[in-house]
Amino acid sequence: MSLEFSADAQKKIAALCERYPTKQPVVMAALHLAQKEFGFLSDEALKLVATTLGLPYAHVYGVATFYTMYRREPGGKQTIRMCTNISCMLRGGYEVLAAFERTLGLHKGESNQEFSLVEEECIAACANAPCAVVGTEYLLDITPESVGKIVERLRAKPHPESEVV
Amino acid sequence: MPADWNTKVVSARFGNEGAKSLATYESLGGYATLRKALAMRPEDIANEVKASNLRGRGGAGFATGVKWGFVPKDAKQVHLVCNADESEPGTCKDRELIYWDPHLLIEGMIIAGHALRATHNYIYIRGEMMREFAVLKRAVEEAYQRGYLGKNILGTGIECHLTVHRGAGAYICGEETALLNSLEGLRGQPRLKPPFPAIKGLFGNPTIVNNVETLMNVPHILDKGGAWFNSLGVGRSGGTRMLCVSGHVNKPGVYELPMTITFRQLIDEVCGGVWKGRKVKAVIPGGVSMPPLDESELDVPIEFDALQTDERIKPVMVRPGQQFDLGGGRMLRTMAGSGGVVVMDDTTDIPKAVWRIMKFFAHESCGQCTPCREGTGWLEKVARRVADGAGKPDDLELLSSIAHGIAGNTICALGDAAAWPMLGFLTKFRADFEAAIKTKKVQAA
Repeated sequence: MSLEFSADAQKKIAALCERYPTKQPVVMAALHLAQKEFGFLSDEALKLVATTLGLPYAHVYGVATFYTMYRREPGGKQTIRMCTNISCMLRGGYEVLAAFERTLGLHKGESNQEFSLVEEECIAACANAPCAVVGTEYLLDITPESVGKIVERLRAKPHPESEVV
Repeated sequence: MPADWNTKVVSARFGNEGAKSLATYESLGGYATLRKALAMRPEDIANEVKASNLRGRGGAGFATGVKWGFVPKDAKQVHLVCNADESEPGTCKDRELIYWDPHLLIEGMIIAGHALRATHNYIYIRGEMMREFAVLKRAVEEAYQRGYLGKNILGTGIECHLTVHRGAGAYICGEETALLNSLEGLRGQPRLKPPFPAIKGLFGNPTIVNNVETLMNVPHILDKGGAWFNSLGVGRSGGTRMLCVSGHVNKPGVYELPMTITFRQLIDEVCGGVWKGRKVKAVIPGGVSMPPLDESELDVPIEFDALQTDERIKPVMVRPGQQFDLGGGRMLRTMAGSGGVVVMDDTTDIPKAVWRIMKFFAHESCGQCTPCREGTGWLEKVARRVADGAGKPDDLELLSSIAHGIAGNTICALGDAAAWPMLGFLTKFRADFEAAIKTKKVQAA
């Protein structure tokens, strides 16, 4: 069965098409919307974006595979993007990442239904390192000891992947 | 009057949760300068900015007014694009600026847009900054409703549209031509220059790309005058600077400070000194792309020109005895870059820190140019084995020759951004790398 955008997403895409001289620039937002609606960017989802914007499938495929936030496989409801870049590393970022791995029972790069755990490059919150980002929430000044509580809180009050598009 | 440590220009509303709403922003005097600027001729605004000695806060420190002057006078359609794709490791100011004061950015963009006669303008914001994206979108909607944006803003007959465009995770999109490609719905790969964006940029039209902090200074310049802004700074650098201090200090943070403050004052007096009573080993002065300073070089001010020319900063070497040539015999000391200051204490494992930086560049190379695509990968692999204690006697020469082979041989500056810190750390912390390699020999024996 072929995929379809919700009425809301169609409205958003139509409004965005008014903001640019052609439809091509809307591809990034349309991919974000597709990921929100379908959970990940399957071949069918890419075809839907291509048809909606009148772009070649190969073009959409090229864009979807260039940027790290688009996922081509199913993942967790929430994605924890944990930075280990220099400022975070200097203040124990790898130890925090290891604590997330233990607490979630996931290796970095892995997902279960609840969570995806991603080792992220710098997320621009270096003054509060080690830090991670989950949807619209920045997790700041994390310690390995605080990881358990953070995960409990995210379970109670989740930030879904593609929370805002 | 020169700025003092308490002078706040762009960060004046930090901590005021309400300031992101239009009503509060207006009650604090927001958009008053816009009304004044819309009554001015575009060239008069540009001249004020030129007189202010405002320099680009994204990394290169290029004079903003001069950059604006590159747009052809007879251009039919011009675009202004705000680069909010902040992702240079160590840099965390734009995220704060957008979160606390989105309308200041919008006001700056409308004024700059008028100066450039740019009618369809864009903010390219990093994909991961979902919270700030939501804040900005809301603020843009408010500005449209109030008539600050639209076909005929405030009844002046001036057209100005603003669209927030969200990225999806790619450091390279902070490079202005990669950003423009991404904005056009392409893979974020840099374009060959010339033509420069000011001649042929977004959708083939002349385009000016400015950093968030740069544009947020514009309303203040128009409000109090270019001469006032210039007087806050020193030499050819007007205004204050947002500095992001991270790493081994007691009080990391985002601070707005005068151009004249030295790294030693910044660390000891603003940030409460190095943590755990330790000493400084190395300081990255402006994001990881910039060559580091050692402890003996901290009395230099954070200002753009000082970091390039102050003789107290040792030049970067390709290898002992061979100075790195920026072209035409110009030596490379370091640069002020993005304002991301990363402090490393004297227990820091330098080879490991350098490996982590190289891992970043290897991950973020867009793959377009062979020297960068292959070279950053090799830098990461060789740096890793040195850091892991599995280095070979020739590895430092190998790292030098790979880095030297990348620098200057790629379409964009990402290649240089990987090569410069590699060579800089090898120049100033060679003994640390040699020790890492020697340790391994002992272990093997």
